[in-house]
Amino acid sequence: MAQLISRLRLWRGAVLLLAGLYFLVPMAASVWFSVDDVDGISFDAYTGLLSAPGFTDSLVLTLELAAVTVVVLLLLLVPAMIAVRLGAPRLRPVLEVVCTLPLVVPPVALTAGLIGVLRWGPDHLMDTPFFQTFVFVQQPEFPLVLVVAYVLMALPLAHRALDSGLRAVDVRTLVEAARNCGASWPRAVLSVVVPNLRGALLNAAFLTLALVLGEFTTASILGYQPFAVWIYSVGNSRGQMSVAVSVLSLLITWVLLLLLAAAGRERRHKTATA
Amino acid sequence: MSTATTPLATDAALGGATVEFRSLRRKFGATTALDGLDLTVRPGELLALLGPSGCGKTTALRILAGFETHDSGEVLVDGEDITRVPAHRRDAGMVFQSYSLFPHLTAADNVAFGLRMRGVGKAERLRRAQELLELVGLPQRAAHYPHQMSGGQQQRIALARALALQPRVLLLDEPLSALDAKVRLVLREEIRRLQQELGITTLFVTHDQEEALSMADRVAVLRAGRLEQCAAPSELYSRPATAFVAEFVGTMSRLPCTRTADGHVEVLGRRHPVDGTLPADGPLHVLVRPEHVRLAPAAEGPALVVAAAFLGAVTRLTVRLPDGTEVKSDLPTEAATTLPLGSPATLTLPDRPVLVDRAPTPHP
Repeated sequence: MAQLISRLRLWRGAVLLLAGLYFLVPMAASVWFSVDDVDGISFDAYTGLLSAPGFTDSLVLTLELAAVTVVVLLLLLVPAMIAVRLGAPRLRPVLEVVCTLPLVVPPVALTAGLIGVLRWGPDHLMDTPFFQTFVFVQQPEFPLVLVVAYVLMALPLAHRALDSGLRAVDVRTLVEAARNCGASWPRAVLSVVVPNLRGALLNAAFLTLALVLGEFTTASILGYQPFAVWIYSVGNSRGQMSVAVSVLSLLITWVLLLLLAAAGRERRHKTATA
Repeated sequence: MSTATTPLATDAALGGATVEFRSLRRKFGATTALDGLDLTVRPGELLALLGPSGCGKTTALRILAGFETHDSGEVLVDGEDITRVPAHRRDAGMVFQSYSLFPHLTAADNVAFGLRMRGVGKAERLRRAQELLELVGLPQRAAHYPHQMSGGQQQRIALARALALQPRVLLLDEPLSALDAKVRLVLREEIRRLQQELGITTLFVTHDQEEALSMADRVAVLRAGRLEQCAAPSELYSRPATAFVAEFVGTMSRLPCTRTADGHVEVLGRRHPVDGTLPADGPLHVLVRPEHVRLAPAAEGPALVVAAAFLGAVTRLTVRLPDGTEVKSDLPTEAATTLPLGSPATLTLPDRPVLVDRAPTPHP
């Protein structure tokens, strides 16, 4: 028995080592490539980032798009999922299928569809609010059309995260208990359900953030330049800097993930020591 | 739980409201949950709604709480029809079966939740919450979260939360069914004491007859959405209005009998007057409680002891008659030792009116 356990430990170590190498070697190679210089090690690729044309603009645009996408997505999805759970449980599979559909639509096809819609509009409608809306959502300073696309793309991920959170709490009883204590419907949901979905909301927000940070296809085809597109365009002319930005992008994602984990830990610690 | 009388317990704001269900009907698709329920809960009493699964007891409670709607009929509290009053304005505190404490709030915050919804200031909220926690005997758990407490403690906090708003009616939806047997016994005594101390009208849903009989002032037995009988526990047990109530509350044995010309029934060779009405036709059964069946050892006796269950002071023997009928009889445990398994016995019924019912139609 002891021999079996030690053998299992050995295998576990080997698998972990292999997995670690699989992830770490390409990253180490990227970091090495970004600092390698004919004169030794140089951090020029990193220090030059801030002054690189388009870096700040693309990063800010991406973070803004991510923030708006997260807000729109959660405002749409959370009330819908709670309402279905409370008022029409039989519609749950329907909502699930609708939210999962974007998974089977490739981003290229989705973008082609969007282009088709945005290009449509007969000339005689040019002065109407309908047409102006089409123009407004495509303004380069803040292309709302990308938010629409990102919300659709993030729908399956956010739905999964929120669904697992909602499964963990007895929403119906909690709402009924809150209403019995004098809370109106909206107040019961905001005061009792939403705080208990904190982890799921953070997960959904993080997954959406990660998707928006890395999304390239739609933004590129529609002609906008958020962070991922900027990295690609820089890579064509300044290879070392594009790898440095990729490493930085990875670090940003990690930092966000760590913040999320820390928030969860803080919550657990708070409840455990109360 | 604290036995001291708290300011809340003496607060005149709590106390009895009259609750009336009038011809209440509710259907869920093809299923009829309530079929014209008529029931009045008197001010300050604890009324238990008892019945098998699907009899409509929880539906009635949820309609009173405002979580379900009814198809027709009326629900009145102190004479006022509350049909159109939303759940959050019904002034009815409820304790749920599944604890239902808010997981993200401490015990004190859970208790104070309703006060916060009513806009009561923080200091007053905390004072009242502490007062209620003392009332349910858990003042030291104020800062604990639900997952840090046992089921019994969580249910006490839920009770304190339900009482925080000084409701006119307290609704208990099988609050003890998720607890283990020992905690259940302790908590049911405590709930009863608290209810009497506060004098609050309480509707208590349960499928556990022992719970209902031991806690309630009156027990309403429901069957298929209708009220079978509403009476004090002792009356319900000793004078059941229908065969259903007789068999649902306590244990009953059925014995075949025949009607006599003078409106009596003959069972085990003796005539007995009938308690209630005698069914007009068809084969009949007499219903008897185990404590009313007398057994005695007899070498030539027609009954045979086939089972024995030790219940402490008494032992419940099951005897089989020549026609296959099985009858239960409670004997003092010492006396039961004279009737071991397989021994013959004679069986007699006391000379008193008996409850008679139609013999059930045998299943094909």
